[in-house]
Amino acid sequence: MLELLKQPWPWYTSGIAIAFTMVLLLFFGKSFGVSSNLKTMCTIAGAGKRVKFFDFDWKAQKWNLLFLLGSVFGGVIASNFLTNDEPLKLSAATIKDINELGIVFDGGLNPSQIFGLEFLSSFKGFLTLLLGGVLVGFGSRYAGGCTSGHAISGLSNLQIPSLLAVIGFFAGGLIMTHFLLPYIF
Amino acid sequence: MKGLKFILTGIFFGIVMAKSEAISWYRIQEMFRFQSFHMYGIIGTAVILGAIAVFVIKKFKLKDSAGNPITFTDKEKSWRKYIFGGSIFGLGWALTGACPGPMFVNVGYGYWAMLVVILGALLGTYLYGVFQKKLPH
Repeated sequence: MLELLKQPWPWYTSGIAIAFTMVLLLFFGKSFGVSSNLKTMCTIAGAGKRVKFFDFDWKAQKWNLLFLLGSVFGGVIASNFLTNDEPLKLSAATIKDINELGIVFDGGLNPSQIFGLEFLSSFKGFLTLLLGGVLVGFGSRYAGGCTSGHAISGLSNLQIPSLLAVIGFFAGGLIMTHFLLPYIF
Repeated sequence: MKGLKFILTGIFFGIVMAKSEAISWYRIQEMFRFQSFHMYGIIGTAVILGAIAVFVIKKFKLKDSAGNPITFTDKEKSWRKYIFGGSIFGLGWALTGACPGPMFVNVGYGYWAMLVVILGALLGTYLYGVFQKKLPH
């Protein structure tokens, strides 16, 4: 059983598990959406004193912070107990494309060229990762949700606004991937 | 302990995201280049099953664990905030290969550099709060 769990999980397992997570939270009386935690953290850091947007009772969001904390533990468990040595089965076309950007596929989950210490400690590297985060944080709050809140919760509830948000996610992602990345890496 | 069930749900979610490689920068690149079904399979399965679950919950007026009816709030009607905000989000998603959930799962996995991405995401969230009133929604 453990051997089976150590292999990469097929996409349908993950799809079922994500839907299950959403349903579980609904039955706990909550709604699945991760990016609200970023707002909550700003509020805890005291942003509510300066900006009205952050002036809310964050304690009602404590459950979501616990969920997020759990997901960090989930990452710890997956990397320490549920890995095998097989490289990720990335498509050959993607390996070739990112090679042209100068990024070598190293078989892990994330390229060490972007998430390794060398890139991180360079001025350009630090700024790239920070700015990428700024875009995600700003965009998810502007759109009122991220992949979990819109693509999963929203689309499951057949919300047209969420469909628009997902179209936006893809528009931005395609522009970055096909037009901007060559200038960044 | 009331909070334990949320921590456990989070652990389950984190393991699933990591083991299905949804937290992988490579997989996100593959998705935005339309070179594999993997990510589409994950999101597609989740949405189809999620939609069936929501339909059943509404149809049979199911209640949550505390006995309250499960309710769904409709998203605010507009298009600007979703298209503009969504596109900005997408730029960051393709650059860092991580949306908010996977950022944190990745830190747990040992990709410490993601802490800088999280710092950026907090900064971005703060900036939105500051400029909210000046943006078209």
